[in-house]
Amino acid sequence: MSAWPLLAGEAAPGRWRWLIWLWRELRVGLAISLMAAAFISTMFRDPFLRTLAYSLCIGLSIQFLIEAGRYLGSAWRRRRDPADPAAGSLWPGWAWMGPWSVGAAVVGYFGGSLLADLLTGEHHTRNPLGSDQRPLSLILMLSLGFTLSAVYFFYSRGRLATLQAATEAAQRSATEAQLRLLQSQLEPHMLFNTLANLRVLIGADPARAQTMLDRLITFLRATLAASRSGSHALADEFARVDDYLALMAVRMGPRLVVRIDLPDALREWPVPALLLQPLVENSIRHALEPKVEGGRVEVGARREGDELVLSVRDTGIGLAATAAGDGSRFGLRQVRERLATLYGARASLTLQDAPGDEGGALATVRLPLASAP
Amino acid sequence: MTPRALIAEDEPLLRQGLQDDLRGLWPELQVIGAVGDGERALNEALQRRPDLCFLDIRMPGLSGLEVAQALAEDWPPGEPFPLLVFVTAYDQYALQAFDAQAVDYLVKPLQAERLAACVQRLRARLAERALPDALPRALDQLRALLEAPGADSAAAERLEVIQAGVGSVVHLVPIDEVIYFEAADKYLRVVTAEREHLIRMSLRELLPRLDPQRFWQVHRGTVVRARSIASAVRHESGKVTLTLRERPERLTASRLYAHLFKGQ
Repeated sequence: MSAWPLLAGEAAPGRWRWLIWLWRELRVGLAISLMAAAFISTMFRDPFLRTLAYSLCIGLSIQFLIEAGRYLGSAWRRRRDPADPAAGSLWPGWAWMGPWSVGAAVVGYFGGSLLADLLTGEHHTRNPLGSDQRPLSLILMLSLGFTLSAVYFFYSRGRLATLQAATEAAQRSATEAQLRLLQSQLEPHMLFNTLANLRVLIGADPARAQTMLDRLITFLRATLAASRSGSHALADEFARVDDYLALMAVRMGPRLVVRIDLPDALREWPVPALLLQPLVENSIRHALEPKVEGGRVEVGARREGDELVLSVRDTGIGLAATAAGDGSRFGLRQVRERLATLYGARASLTLQDAPGDEGGALATVRLPLASAP
Repeated sequence: MTPRALIAEDEPLLRQGLQDDLRGLWPELQVIGAVGDGERALNEALQRRPDLCFLDIRMPGLSGLEVAQALAEDWPPGEPFPLLVFVTAYDQYALQAFDAQAVDYLVKPLQAERLAACVQRLRARLAERALPDALPRALDQLRALLEAPGADSAAAERLEVIQAGVGSVVHLVPIDEVIYFEAADKYLRVVTAEREHLIRMSLRELLPRLDPQRFWQVHRGTVVRARSIASAVRHESGKVTLTLRERPERLTASRLYAHLFKGQ
């Protein structure tokens, strides 16, 4: 452990914490004041210690004013709009801090000089209106330069803190989403039933067992990859849906009829990976599996103006009968959240009773064609 | 006597696979039916009275548990109740409940060794089988299963008011005024002292939203407010007839729920 915990910023006992805070806030002002004193005393050959006293008084006064401006401005901003994301960063924005800094430089310069006069008992305060051998512009520029550097320092620090917080939040939510996606896709009931079918097929029909195993492998690989990567071509999306439905078709036998329709023109459009998976799974689990006679799943894509329209339709037991289960709602929420994150209000998912007299449900996803996710 | 079995499993390959495996392990067993949904399983079993039933838990129509519940209620008294073996891919709660009571349960994928052990157990049970023992044991097992917290009955919000729509009018019925609920096809009859309403909800959806202290399930299709039950009369068949305070009609409690009326 360092002998200078305050300088090193290491963890200190509780009662010294305020000192660390003070050091963190003041170190910029102190450093700039030192540099200014060194500069002025070499340029005008003034005694260094006296210049330093003035420089420190002016510098710390200016910093005091800047800090007051930051805290007051942020407090005012917080009160006006507590939900404002910038409110927590102690940076009220340039519109407030710009004019405040100029004021702080002028007031701080004269206030600090008077303070130094009092402390040293001398009278060296430069009157900007009176005659002086030193160019006033240089003094004011120094003081303004000091102010702007300090303000810029606080500005960057505030921005960094805000950015850091936002990055952390985004990372956390992305990790959670991935985990939930993985959990829902590797649903144990589906996995074990598929393996059970595979086990029977190995004895009864080895060739078909191999095909089914291949489908399972691509499905698992895609599921594990999709929870990490962002998007792939629509043709790949449909291929993964086809893998899943092929596995289901083996399990359900003649109770499941699958129709997949992808126009060639849309094959290469990028879409979020496995976006349709939860919708297809809902059709199987909540609409067709509970229906004694089974039914049909249709997955399609078409272009409507600037939109890519993806649809999953089933002839299952219908929305009125499935509304009770919350498993299906989880899948829908997951798709909605992904769409909102990637496209904001420009994408949508709707779920409605399927048209026609076959019953069942129709899920429709609309994505903007113009932009890739 | 050749033992007779019924298989209920909705996935055709698994249905065939179980049949083939059983043929190998237990050649004298006669599979009298292999069906793919709960309704047919119930009808077949009631009609053909097998000695064993292999019931998949997740099936269209009725679940395996519901089939067993209905069998326990509708099985003719005096006939030997079938030994039940449940088959499931992943219902961990049911498995816990089973450990204590089961004739047997199997997890998919079925493994050869495990199925052989099951066959052993079933053979032993059939050999020692005596009527007075089989049904109560099956009932205990079922009760344990039905009381197990199922994956889909996760703490739902309690129902306080029931909304029953008739044409453009919606009647609001406070839950405390309901004397009993009775399942009627896809609907539920909601009976109060003065009148009755029909709502579109299944008993399965309703049950987790009722306070089990106040409302008792007495039959697979009936839930009664405990405070409204005036008396319970036991019959030799094991069934119990209930009279109500505010209603003239009588309700039947099935054997599965007769233990609620102990008469201490």
